[in-house]
Amino acid sequence: MIPALVVAAYLGVVLYIGIFASRARHRADAEEYFLAGRSLGPAVFLLSLFGANMTAFSILGASGHAFANGIVTFGLMASSSALVIPVTLLVIGTRLWALGRTHGFITPVQFFRDRWECGHIGTVIFAVQATLLVPYIVIAVMGGGTTLRAVSDGLIPFWLGGAVVSMVVMAYVFFGGMRGTAWVNAFQTVLFLLFGAIAVSVVSAGMGGFRSAMEAMLASPSTAPLLSRERVSPLYFLSYTFIPLSSIAFPHIAIFCLTARRLDYFRKTIVLYPLCMLAIWLPSVFLGVAANQATSVPAIATKLEARAALATDATLTVDERNRLRAEAAGDDVILRLVQGYAPLWLAAFLGAAVMAAVMASDSQILALSTMFTEDVFAFYGGRRRFGEAMQVRTGRIFVVVLTIVAYLIALEMPQSIFDLATQYAFAGYAALSPLLVAALFWKGSTRWGALASTVWTAAGVLTVAVVQSTIPVPPTAVPVTVLSLGGLDIVTRAATGMLVFGLLPVVPMTLMSAVLMVIVSKLTPRARPGHATMAKYFAG
Amino acid sequence: MKRTAAVAIVATLFVLHQDVWFWRAARPLVFGVLPIGLFYHAAFTLVTSLALCLLVWLLWPSHLDEGTPRS
Repeated sequence: MIPALVVAAYLGVVLYIGIFASRARHRADAEEYFLAGRSLGPAVFLLSLFGANMTAFSILGASGHAFANGIVTFGLMASSSALVIPVTLLVIGTRLWALGRTHGFITPVQFFRDRWECGHIGTVIFAVQATLLVPYIVIAVMGGGTTLRAVSDGLIPFWLGGAVVSMVVMAYVFFGGMRGTAWVNAFQTVLFLLFGAIAVSVVSAGMGGFRSAMEAMLASPSTAPLLSRERVSPLYFLSYTFIPLSSIAFPHIAIFCLTARRLDYFRKTIVLYPLCMLAIWLPSVFLGVAANQATSVPAIATKLEARAALATDATLTVDERNRLRAEAAGDDVILRLVQGYAPLWLAAFLGAAVMAAVMASDSQILALSTMFTEDVFAFYGGRRRFGEAMQVRTGRIFVVVLTIVAYLIALEMPQSIFDLATQYAFAGYAALSPLLVAALFWKGSTRWGALASTVWTAAGVLTVAVVQSTIPVPPTAVPVTVLSLGGLDIVTRAATGMLVFGLLPVVPMTLMSAVLMVIVSKLTPRARPGHATMAKYFAG
Repeated sequence: MKRTAAVAIVATLFVLHQDVWFWRAARPLVFGVLPIGLFYHAAFTLVTSLALCLLVWLLWPSHLDEGTPRS
């Protein structure tokens, strides 16, 4: 119960910071509420931008994935993100910042509409972006429910934990806007950067050092593969490098790029980003792997037994398999480890740190609200008719409605946090990244090319969702063929999701999106913007 | 020239990330606890930070700071 009380106190602190930040505002206009007046300092910019990229998935999802799949988790997501995300910030983020400052853009769709001289196509892009962002918000609600249930030892049910986290996030986004969100994110990032080192020390002491745990894992045929990457193919590994392309295409990250007071603040963010990744992901992944030897923790022992039953019992029914999969899921494994080995007060603090990562949905909720009020409400005449104060009020109402919808969806979603994020939101946004590249760097791109890429992305995400919901998870590690031609497997269904030629769907989705942008733009040269627009974006 | 160097750095890092050389190896355990594949990617992340210092120096878009802010 004590950990749950400490986490409750933490939630109170977060609320205070978010609401206190709103008092520091000097203006009451839309730019202040949605972009913190484009005035964030270097430290808050770095910490909040990094925090906005870290969700429940970074601590809970990463350790859960490592628990089941081993050290490969770090290479799949952490080291590839440490390279790709800072490069996109350098090449794309800085340019978005400059365009925002010069032309007053608040959302990516505003930029697309102006750059390609389009109105309703911008609305289509908004709709796809908004739809793809909802799963990301749902992940945070799920993480909140999982964390509170774990730290309270089941006293707080999943539905209540999710509701509490949703309410807290909604409150400080509602009152604090971007400034409140950025301050809370900065505070939370510091907290979960501390988490890793403390958790590793505590669990190491509890397990009697990791050396014997690693040797024991190597000695067992069932756990030794978790310490190498032999269970995944190089193609599958390669395809994961496409996922971090989604970061800059996520509206909340693009919008965060507009909040820096000076361009120079990007420098430190870019260089320090990999170090932040290392500080949070290495402990999360390592602890997730080491948890396979934490058999003295009853909750983890139950997971391992469920996994062993899944691997050895071929007579299980579909329902039994689903039940065992749920029991073996590792999303709460890091919390169980900490509970098993840390003193109560420290477990409570670490639970609060995990909660910090879980609650990073604030910037996504604010981004969706910003997009709705700017790209729909203001664009279709709302601001002109009702004024800017009503626009901000509309944004706040949207925050409330969105939070409730995300919460209701979270109650119905059984899939693990990691898979949900990868298969839907990340893959979709990675496939939308060619839009940003084309708008910024290619004079020949047109609105029809942008529309083709966007529609393709929507169709791709829908296809993945349909395949994964209609074709059950295969009972063994061998993927089931969904579509083949001349003996060649094109589409397969593996335990981790749908694969195309052995690659994650994100690869064909992103590549085809880029190809469509090029082909359709070349077929529609008359749709290129006029001289005035081209001169605005391509001086010289 | 600067742009070519930057592309070469990113391409090299990308290739280094796809390390097939430690694919099936768990040993040696670095510091007695870190499987070599995990240690390699942790070291890769550190090197990436250093490479990004170089990329920022090569590609920094200082011209973007010269635009007139919207009033």
